[in-house]
Parts: sequence; C-alpha cells; structure tokens
Amino acid sequence: MTARSTFPPGLELEARKAAPMRQPLRVAPAPPWVVLALDQGSGDAALPLLTPGARVRIGTPVGRAAGEAAVDVHSPVAGVVRSVESRPLPGPTGAGPCIVIENDGSEELETGFAPIDWATLAPQDLLARIRSAGIAGLGGAAFPAHAKLAAARERSATHLVLNGAECEPWICCDDALMRERAADVLLGAQVLLHACGAAKCTIAVEDDKPEAIAAIAVALAAAADPRIEVATLRAIYPAGAERQLLAAVTGLEVPYDALPPAIGLMCQNVGTAAAAARLVRTGQPITTRIVTVTGSGVRQPANLEARLGTPIGDLVAACGGYESEPLRLIAGGSMTGRALATDAVPLTQAVNCVVVATAADLAARGREMPCIRCGDCATVCPPGLLPQSLLRAIAAGDDDQVARHGLADCIECGCCDYVCPSRIPLTARFRAARETRRARLDERQRAAEARDRFARHEERLAATAEADRQAFEAARSRARGEREG
Amino acid sequence: MAMRFETSPAPHVIAGFSVPRVMFQVLLALLPVVLVQVAVFGPGLLLQMLVAGPVALACEALALRARGRDAAPFLRDGSVLVTAALLAVAVPPLLPWWLMALGTAIAVLLGKHVFGGLGSNPFNPAMVGYAALLVSFPLEMTRWPVPFAPGGDWDAYTGATALDALRTGLGQRLTMQEIFVGPAFGSIGGQGAQWINLAALAGGLYLLGRGLVRWHIPVAVLAGITLPAFAMHAIDPGAYASATFQLFSGATMLGAFFIATDPVSAATSDRGCLVYGAGIGAITWAIRTWGGYPDGIAFGVLLMNVAAPLIDRYTIPRIHGHERR
Repeated sequence: MTARSTFPPGLELEARKAAPMRQPLRVAPAPPWVVLALDQGSGDAALPLLTPGARVRIGTPVGRAAGEAAVDVHSPVAGVVRSVESRPLPGPTGAGPCIVIENDGSEELETGFAPIDWATLAPQDLLARIRSAGIAGLGGAAFPAHAKLAAARERSATHLVLNGAECEPWICCDDALMRERAADVLLGAQVLLHACGAAKCTIAVEDDKPEAIAAIAVALAAAADPRIEVATLRAIYPAGAERQLLAAVTGLEVPYDALPPAIGLMCQNVGTAAAAARLVRTGQPITTRIVTVTGSGVRQPANLEARLGTPIGDLVAACGGYESEPLRLIAGGSMTGRALATDAVPLTQAVNCVVVATAADLAARGREMPCIRCGDCATVCPPGLLPQSLLRAIAAGDDDQVARHGLADCIECGCCDYVCPSRIPLTARFRAARETRRARLDERQRAAEARDRFARHEERLAATAEADRQAFEAARSRARGEREG
Repeated sequence: MAMRFETSPAPHVIAGFSVPRVMFQVLLALLPVVLVQVAVFGPGLLLQMLVAGPVALACEALALRARGRDAAPFLRDGSVLVTAALLAVAVPPLLPWWLMALGTAIAVLLGKHVFGGLGSNPFNPAMVGYAALLVSFPLEMTRWPVPFAPGGDWDAYTGATALDALRTGLGQRLTMQEIFVGPAFGSIGGQGAQWINLAALAGGLYLLGRGLVRWHIPVAVLAGITLPAFAMHAIDPGAYASATFQLFSGATMLGAFFIATDPVSAATSDRGCLVYGAGIGAITWAIRTWGGYPDGIAFGVLLMNVAAPLIDRYTIPRIHGHERR
C-alpha cells in the first residue's frame, strides 16, 4: 500500500458521514412506479424503444443510446410501460424525457442473461457488453463508461485509477460499497483493466475510510493481482475531482485542453467498477445503484441499493421518512449537489447521494458584501485560479482577462464560496458566466453560418447573373453578326 | 403527494470569517500597539482615536448616503474603523485634533469613497490621509513627544524621532557613534519606536496565526528593508544604519503587518504579493536613507499601490494543466 498526499489546495471539511455508515448497506424496496430517465444527467438522452402498454421484465431494454453521452436504459422492474413523457429530473437540465413503468410486483427477470467469460473475451467485445449494459460513470457525472474506456484503449492508456476518494461531505455510498463489496471492486478493476488495456490499476481512497481501505486490502490479498494497488489520500476536499485525483496519485497533470487518456491515464469510479463486476458475474444490465440517503431531515440515514427510477421521496420513505423541518433536498453532497424543488424526481445513475437538509445542515449566507480581495479563495482553489480576479474580470466584461484567469479551468467545486468572507456566490457567478459565454459562442456560430449561407447565395446569384450576361452578350454578337453578314 | 423544497445554487454550506469579523480581528491585533504607544508617549493616542473613529463613521455614512447606498451594513463591517485606527496610531499623538479629523475625512472620502467604497479603492485609505497630512503639515506631523517623558509632564517635551535624528546627524557629518548616544535611540531601534515595533510584531504574528494575513507581504516588506540596509551597513557602517535599527524604528512593523497587508489595494497572487511587499520595503529604506522625509512607509505603500495592477498582470499563477506562462 502506498501513501500519497493530495494536491495541496482545498478544504478540510466536516465529513458528516457517520450516521448512514452505522447502518448496513441494504436493498431498498422496489417502488410501485419507476420513472426512468432517458438522460442520466450527462446531457444526451436515449431514444425510447417501447410505447405505453408494453410489458417489460427486469432487464428489458427500454431505451437505446442515441447521442455520444447517452447510455442504453433497461427496466429495473417487471410491469407495464404507462407513459413516455417529460418529467422533472435531478440533473442540470431540470427535466427530460422519461419512461414511466408500473411495477406489477412479479419481479420477473428478462431471459437470456448468462455470466460473461470476460477474460477470454476480446476487449472490443467486452467494451460492447459494457455499452449494452448501459453502465454510466457512477461517481456523479454519468458519462458512459464504455466511451471513456474506449478512448483510453485508443490512446493506449497505461494506468487506470479507480476513484474511491469520496471527498464530499455527506456522500458515503462508495465507502459502503468498498466495505461490503470489496471483492466486486477488485473484480471490476480487473474487468476494466482488460477492457481499456491499461497495465496497472490504483484504487485511491481517502485516509478517513480505514475500514474501506482494510476491506480492499483483504480483497486485494485474495485476488493476488500484482497489477492492482491501493493508495491512500489525505482527506481534503476535492481530492476526488478527476484531474486533482490523477495529479495526486500519479504526479501528472492532465493538460487543460485534453482528457486523461492523452497522458496515458484513465479514471473510473469504484462504483462503476463494481457495476462492471456485476455485469460479468450475472450478464445483467445495470438497473440499480447504491445511494446515500442522509441529512438531519431524514429519520434513519442509510446507504441503499435502489432501483434506478425510484422516486426520491420513496427513498426517503425507505429510510423512515422525513423528520423535523426539511428545508432543502440536495441531490449530491453539500458542496456541489443540486437542490431539488420536489422529491418526485427519480434516482438516476448520476445521483450518488440525497441530503435532506434542515436549517442546521445549511449555512445562512447572509448579505453579500463587496469583494475585499482578501485572497482566501485563491488559497483554496484546486486548479490554482485567482477567483477574486476572475470575478472582477467577469464583472468588467473583459473577455481577454476572463480567459487568462481560467474561467474554463474552474471545476465548480465551491471551495471559494465556502471561504469567502464577503459571502459572494462565486461558483454560481462562474457557472453563469460559462453559460453566457457558451450561448454567445453558439450565437456567433449561428451568425457565421448565416453569413456563410448569405455569401453563397450571393455567389450563386452573381454566377447566374454572369451566365445571363454572357448569354445576352453571345446573343447580341450573334445578332450583330447576322445583321452585318 | 410530493414534498416541495427551496432551491439554491451549490455550495450549500459556507464558513470562514465574515468581513466584520476580519476587521474586528485586525482591531484586536492592533491593541498591543495602542497600549504600548500610550505607555511610551502618553494618552494622546486615545484622544486621536476618539476623534478619528466618529469622524470616520460620519464620513462613511455621508458618502454612502450621497452614493445612494444602504449605510447600515457598511457601517457595521468595521473597515472604516480599521482605517481610522491605523491613521490614528500612525500620526504623532500630539497632533491637533482638527488635523486628525481632516486626515480621517481625506482617508475615508478621497481615499475610499471617490473610488467606489469598500473593495474598490486603489490606494490604502489610511495612507492617503497620512500622506496628505504629511505633505501639508510637515511640522505637526513629525513632532513626536520624547518617549517616557519625566514626571508625567509629557506635553512639555517634543523632540526628533530616531529616524529624524539619524537624518539630521548624518547631515551634520556626525559619526554613527555620536548620533546613537542621543536620547531618541534605544537598544535596538528608536527609543520609543522599538517598543511600538515589538507590539506591532506581536499583533502581526497574531494576524498570521489566525490566518487573517498571509505571510507573503509582511515577510517581503521586512526583507525589502533588511536586504539593502544590511548590504549598505556592511559596506559603510558610518553612513548607513544597521538592518536591526531599520526594522525596529519608525513604522516598520506596523507597515509590514497592518498597512501593506490591506488586501484591497495590494497585489493579488502570492508571487505578486512578494514583489509588492519587497517594493514597499525597498522604497521605504530608500526614502529613509536618501529621501526628504524621515520615514517612508506611507509613500512606499502608495507607490506600490500604483504598481499593483501591473504586478498582477505579470504574476497570474500557473493554472493546473497549463504550461508555465
């Protein structure tokens, strides 16, 4: 086991993970209805395969990946498709197309699933199986696992890093997974190594999870695979942010304009590895995930293995229901999680945690004051930005300075907000500035396309006019020739 | 029935000091300086503070009203009291009260609010007030009481400070030995100033320890004074005072820890702060050594305030994943 310290900036935050970790990981009851998001949260939706009235079993494909960031979707229950419609979702879009399935309680499994002899399978075929199983990154970004692995294979990545850092307060689903299903994580590591072609795998865990580290070490001894090692990281938020984690584990920085495979690296969440392990053990597609349900507003905080599409309200009910005065419902942790307007939104592969927060769990922001440029934000910024200068450049509308101060490099971790004595919502400002910028670029592109169309149209008109003129000239000279001749 | 919740952008927790707490911590750290100055030079400082505080608050309220802002949160933030307190400890304790009032008004109105108030001032407001007084009333601004005046009759005695006596002595072609036997000199710095500098150092270390000030600016200021002083003293000890004397005379420690560290008007990045602080130290030493004023902290700070945006331009730190620029 190797110990490595994390990249220095960041925050030491109160973990708040004790309550759910006192409960064993358990399976949540299947809900009477599931609302299956066709977009897991990465921005691309799958196309629905079934229409209302269709019968499905557990594992029946119901959505086919269309875009680059979409994954196939399978039914997590047996029952009947009731509707295909837009529903509120926990992701950044706020809503999206969903398939609503009524559970008939029969728990009937789709036929034809068999364990996969993955070690003898060609990596390309293994990637295809991961793809058709619909596995997205379970760390929160929900990007299709096969696409990342294929990119790593293409660039001959040598080092796979499994992210078990779980640095954000409240979230402990990966801790529960590593403690209770360490063998799955190890098997998953081997499967992913085979799929992406890397020679080495590091499982990175923060040092505040000694039980998880011990469980992984036991499983590692059992697996006796010299390619795999465990690295402990200092528990500093955001040690688990992809670029920060890779720098801490390998000492290499991913160039700002590239992805990890460009420097021979690949990062996957430990949960994704366990999902791959489950796939090869059973041949079944992904229909569940582990989610932490916690916060002072829920009666019995716990980690649940729940069906995808379970309404979040049902997850809270499975943990004893609401308690005291729940104020905010957060999908994710307290630093980057998204506040949900309602608990009717369903669980997706991107949701690793649900915090039912009361006033005690939140901090009243108080009045925003002007920036006094104290620089506290710069001392904690993981990518090393000067948030105070970036804020000033954005306020001044100085595009050149905004770019120089690295708006594109902001990882939206929220560290600057956390320490700002003037209570400036820096992260929200940066996010808004990025969106405006993106919208403006789109606008510019549309304008350029319109200009191009217009120019081509003019060219065509000119060409036609020229042809007419030449025809006229030719006719006139012919007429003149006839007259003279 | 679905439960409904409030929405708010992430992050959902915050911590850290609020602006008022930062400002009151600075005032707390200034307390040793106040106590020592009263012990050394008598209670004049307390009167100056009684003038400066209310004048500063009144000017702040007036300016905020003129600018159409809600005054209450800004009056409570404490920043204007820090400006007033820093100016009060910087001026001689026997300064006529109306000069103190004038200097405070200049600091708050012309040093801060004409530029847009809290967070927008390019110059250190207290030093704007100080410099305006110094160039307009040089006599009043350099007349300090004799430290530890006998018999409590402190207001009967005023004299040159150590930095002043050094300048005058060197001008009269006296040797260092002849100059340093004078009453203005103590064992390590100026007779009164050395104690005030020690108090400011203690307060400054408190600020460092609480994380309210980062080390870069104070260390760079002190290095900016120490390095030229040490080198020139080694070359010609007859004409240049020692580094120790420079460090514990005048407003060195107050300047390094309390004045140069005003983040609003300082450089931004760590590297920028090092350049900024070193510049203040070097200019201070140069003015003390060759300039027309006994001390140079105020001018050093104001000159480097001008340079801060330029320093910032060339000291943007390398961002993760980028090549060094």
